[in-house]
Amino acid sequence: MSPQQRTHRSFVSYIDKSRRYYNAHGYDTPYQWATHNEAPFTPLTKPLSQCKVGLVTTSYFLPEGFVYRIPSDLPRLPYVESIHATDNLNNEHLSWAKDETHTNDRETFLPLARLQQAAEDGRIGSVSDRFYGLPTQFSHRQTLRRDAPRVLNWLQEDDVDVALLVPL
Amino acid sequence: MSLGARHIEQAGIPTVVVGSARDIVEECGVPRFLFVDFPLGNPCGKPYDVEMQTSIVDLALELVEKAFVPRTTVQAPFVWDDQDDNWRDRFMHVGDDNRAALAEAGAKRRELQEQLRGN
Repeated sequence: MSPQQRTHRSFVSYIDKSRRYYNAHGYDTPYQWATHNEAPFTPLTKPLSQCKVGLVTTSYFLPEGFVYRIPSDLPRLPYVESIHATDNLNNEHLSWAKDETHTNDRETFLPLARLQQAAEDGRIGSVSDRFYGLPTQFSHRQTLRRDAPRVLNWLQEDDVDVALLVPL
Repeated sequence: MSLGARHIEQAGIPTVVVGSARDIVEECGVPRFLFVDFPLGNPCGKPYDVEMQTSIVDLALELVEKAFVPRTTVQAPFVWDDQDDNWRDRFMHVGDDNRAALAEAGAKRRELQEQLRGN
């Protein structure tokens, strides 16, 4: 395998890109991203084949008849829904590479079928009957004090052993 | 989402983040991170590519099993397009060719927000 040669890092810096992009839109105060010196860690306490896995998404879950006007219209509160009720998931107003791809295949961001197969194969114990929404909240305070605790509560209600989080 | 992963992990539920914004996730610091170097939108694999999606989910699960310290990152072995890497530059592009248009779009957005707040 021949090495490539680059003068710059290959993987995209979204922190730098978004700062420049929103500055170009006239927003002068750059967003401050969360950063920590440490991270928590909980090892698995039982085999994965006995674990219930829950999926957490940043997609919006929009009510019927929702009309978008401005970003603050979007429902950013966390939500929990049946894995059989994914039709109201919406990524239209999220910032992703709309010129390069699409999210019409739900499995690209909410891999429920892939997890169901993993359960059938015995790789995991089961998939939670519900999935959990944690739309991106730009307030760290609200995320930590209100939203993440709600999602945690639902995961605990459902006896989820492992959480797979997929930010779009 | 990274803050959510941290909160859930702290409470005793192992987590793994599967995503494509490496710097955002790693700066925050999560227990386990499967980095998929794709344009944002398809972190769990290309549309309708069941084999790839299965492989990515399997890697994420393996990461839950095998990571032994926090801030463990594994990069998935998939390339978005081996003929065209320019998707990296295209996203949120700012240049002389669009700077004025972006400034105008921002001004219109703020004007609309003010109007709607006034109502």
